[in-house]
Amino acid sequence: MNKVGKSEARIDGYDKATGRTKYYEDRMPAGTLYVRIKHAEKAHAIVRSINAEAALQIPGVVKVLTCFDVPDIPFPTAGHPWSMDPGHQDVADRKLLNTHVRYWGDDIAVVIADNEVDAVQGVRALTVEYEELPFVLDVQKAMEDGAPLLHERFPNNILKHTQNRLGDYQSAIKEEGLLKVEGWYETPTVQHCHIENHGCYAYEENGRIVVVSSTQIPHIIRRVVGQALGRPWGDIRIIKPYIGGGFGNKQDALYEPLCAWCTTQVGGRCVRIDCSREETFVSNRVRHAIRFHIVTWLRKNGTIAARKVECFSNQGAYASHGHSIVAKAMGSFHQHYPCPNMECDSYTVFTNKPAAGAMRGYGMPQASFADESNIDDCAQTVGMDPLEFRRLNIMPDGYKDNFSGNVNYFDSFRACMKKGAEIIDYERKRKEYACDSGSVRRGIGLATFWYNTAVYPISLETSSNRMLLNLDGTVTMQCGETEIGQGADTVYAQMTAEALGLKSYKDVHVISCQDTDITPTGLGAYASRQTYVAGFSIQQTAGLLKEKILKYACEITQTAVSDMDIEEGCIVRKDDRQILMSLSELAMTAQYNPVHSEHITAESTFTIRNNAYSFGCTFAEVEVDIEMCKTKLIRIVNVHDCGRLINPALAEAQVHGGMSMAIGYGLSEQLIFDEKTGRPLNNNLLDYKLSTFMDHPNLEAYFIENPEPTSPFGTKALGEPPACSGAPAIRNAILNATGVAINKNPINPHILFAEFSRAGLISDPWKEEN
Amino acid sequence: MYDIKALYEAESIEHAVSLRLEHPDAQIIAGGSDVLVQIREGRRAGKELISIYMLDEMRGVSLDDDENIRIGSLTSFSHITRDPIIQKYINVLGEAVDMVGSPQIRNIGTIGGNTCNGVTSADSASTLHAWEAIVELTGKNGVRRMPIKDFYIKAGTVDIRADEGEIQTAILIPKSSYENTYGHYIKYGMRNAMEIASLGCSVNVRLSDDKKTVDRCRIAYGVAGPVPMRAPSAEAVANGENVSETLIDEFALAVLNDINPRNSWRASRDFRLHIAVQMAKRCLLESIKKAGGVIQ
Repeated sequence: MNKVGKSEARIDGYDKATGRTKYYEDRMPAGTLYVRIKHAEKAHAIVRSINAEAALQIPGVVKVLTCFDVPDIPFPTAGHPWSMDPGHQDVADRKLLNTHVRYWGDDIAVVIADNEVDAVQGVRALTVEYEELPFVLDVQKAMEDGAPLLHERFPNNILKHTQNRLGDYQSAIKEEGLLKVEGWYETPTVQHCHIENHGCYAYEENGRIVVVSSTQIPHIIRRVVGQALGRPWGDIRIIKPYIGGGFGNKQDALYEPLCAWCTTQVGGRCVRIDCSREETFVSNRVRHAIRFHIVTWLRKNGTIAARKVECFSNQGAYASHGHSIVAKAMGSFHQHYPCPNMECDSYTVFTNKPAAGAMRGYGMPQASFADESNIDDCAQTVGMDPLEFRRLNIMPDGYKDNFSGNVNYFDSFRACMKKGAEIIDYERKRKEYACDSGSVRRGIGLATFWYNTAVYPISLETSSNRMLLNLDGTVTMQCGETEIGQGADTVYAQMTAEALGLKSYKDVHVISCQDTDITPTGLGAYASRQTYVAGFSIQQTAGLLKEKILKYACEITQTAVSDMDIEEGCIVRKDDRQILMSLSELAMTAQYNPVHSEHITAESTFTIRNNAYSFGCTFAEVEVDIEMCKTKLIRIVNVHDCGRLINPALAEAQVHGGMSMAIGYGLSEQLIFDEKTGRPLNNNLLDYKLSTFMDHPNLEAYFIENPEPTSPFGTKALGEPPACSGAPAIRNAILNATGVAINKNPINPHILFAEFSRAGLISDPWKEEN
Repeated sequence: MYDIKALYEAESIEHAVSLRLEHPDAQIIAGGSDVLVQIREGRRAGKELISIYMLDEMRGVSLDDDENIRIGSLTSFSHITRDPIIQKYINVLGEAVDMVGSPQIRNIGTIGGNTCNGVTSADSASTLHAWEAIVELTGKNGVRRMPIKDFYIKAGTVDIRADEGEIQTAILIPKSSYENTYGHYIKYGMRNAMEIASLGCSVNVRLSDDKKTVDRCRIAYGVAGPVPMRAPSAEAVANGENVSETLIDEFALAVLNDINPRNSWRASRDFRLHIAVQMAKRCLLESIKKAGGVIQ
């Protein structure tokens, strides 16, 4: 292998750096109408009427459509592969516009206008009459009898409850001498904050609807738009150009169905919906806030006898990806620290908050925060070093999960921790910082995670692609796994060049834009699957293309197919490496041969029935200023075993991005709501404290490359893993620095003030006088 | 696309004044880093704007005949930070405005806009209060000057007489205010950039010749009340006293007699009070060090 494993420049890098890359807004046809959405200003209500008279007086306003005008078709929005089993299908619980308002920001009407200003003024001019209903924001309160009900089909607002039982927890905890480590761990509602907000435009063409959208999942969007509008799926064509990030928010049908419907209401004219940042925070998707209750029973020697884990996931107003997220979170515990007796329960609960969907990590950043906080508390309880405690209890070498078939082939956890500890000089610093006293103290901590690469066996895993031999000997390739900024196209080019024996990855032209009329059906970009799953179909399709090339070459060279190969863009005789002809010569001859003309292409689908464990850890070093209630992150190191790296530079960049998200999750990011009204308070980038690079130390990414046996290219997940273990590593470093265990993220100054006051580290004498 | 009714471009201060008189409802716009945001939010949507941004006569830092520092109202934050006069005489102001937003905002945002907004969190405001700056306004009746504490009327409202066509043209720091004086500013935010202060504290001191006594100490806060404010009780504790650790502690605790921060979802009152005391302590300590004082 010599085309993979190299830090090649991104194939889209030059255009992106020079501003030439075209995103959906750059492709907008002239004369496109603006659709702006009226969002409900109640957390829970029934819309009684909407008065559009004043809006219709505005000169540029073309049309006002309300929740009373939309088709009576509830539809699901999650970007999951469709399931042929009705019991496994996503919950269809929202309409294009809703009369039953279930959160502050729900979509209740649209104004369509010639220009943006008139559309915005039109929205402001609408008057809405509501019948207000009581609302509920907290998961535990939403489950109580008599709580406000969001969806009639789901009593107590419970979308789903599942459990996981191993051994006999109740008997196991009776063992003599066990130590109990119990905690409630709380993770916040956060948002993806990709640079490009979601947006799309739609128009009718020859009786069909075309939607160009900033999405991760064009083929799935086609299905959802068809379902939402009650149209045959073939009537819908989705085009996905370059997009400015998604992180899972765009793994959902956002405004494509509404936009598609709007064009049908204005005679097929092109209409656009562009989310503002404020709308993106509230009316797209968020990451589930999950509350965990963990009870761990320890023996004095540090082994775990039994564990109880309860997970309560705040779904918000609509099902979106629903229970999949917390189910995945719950499923991580027994594999992370296997113990014979476990009792786990998970609940997904509707509340009057924005709908939670997929976000980078899909339940694992939450699970990792809770699990790794509790594990550090366990280590402290038995008086062991947290690193030593993990070495003792973490997933053993050779561990196999019977459900997914995943195997820990290389004892990766211990290898990652060893490397991380060496790099950050863990042992020495741990000793050195133990002596810190005074207001400013340093600490060091770690956290680990494991991650599933793809979604098998829970959902379908499939990948298709098409390859075409061009006349100059280059190859054009396209597939349904989308480029969303992560660099997928570049690694596809590298893998294709490798599989075909081309001279360079630059000899592969990846068609980046997916068009459901043209592109082989694929599932898009989600999970951490693209490189892994595309690898299977690239290997297979390249094999088919190679066979066709060599078969034609046989006609010309009179050498048997089995005696030839392709190396560095040329057809060679296997025995002596003699070059017989270049691919370009072959392609020209094949195309222009007056007797046997052939356009050489190949296309295939690979159904993947494998999955793969990805592993890693974070070490964090902090300086806490106790009096000022501030944490300064001094150093942060991630170590990953994600198999063989196809492109080390891109892998490193992927880790940097995830670490940045983890820093925000650990220290500052949180979407907050007014308890009295349910109104979001900080849905903008000023008040929502996304971490900036001034809040980051140098981000250090390291790898251990154990080739994944199930992958043709030895690769596995790296998309989401970097976002998983950073927050608990920071939490554990703060614990090490101050002795205060904080079970709620983000660990911002407000939390530190409360926790340090409670712990007696700070005291304000004047408070008692009041 | 912004919802703007009309834009009038002023070509001189005089012209700006006459435009203001002709269009009494119009909004003055300089760098636009606040006004455009407010238009987008709908708060000032559909308004007429008078732009003063091209008036170079209102840009730059200079010393007048009496060696008072004159900062033109259109001087950007980044120019203030890099200005040699500022660096020599009132470097803390340059440091304070270097904490505004981001590099882009600091290049476009002006000190005039920062003060005319009338917001308590403005990074320049606590330092300008602590150094007793003078605000200069120009209108149809000529120039009017006032201490900055009188300029701020209430949250979001400053003393500019639109009916007299007034615009703010400069901010002055008198020589008596900056001579032999050294200061320190702490901005407390929830992150290290792109931030509006949860609390801002600016302290400056003038020490006796032997550096052992506090000759004059001034302290001002942003976000400790609806407008930026001085803490006179704390100043009284420090003035004329010997430099010592006890003095710093007493000074810091005394600010509690003066400040009145609010409880909001952005930060609780208790949290702000706690931080305010810590900030006073650290700002005074730093100011004394910069003035060459030694803590006994």
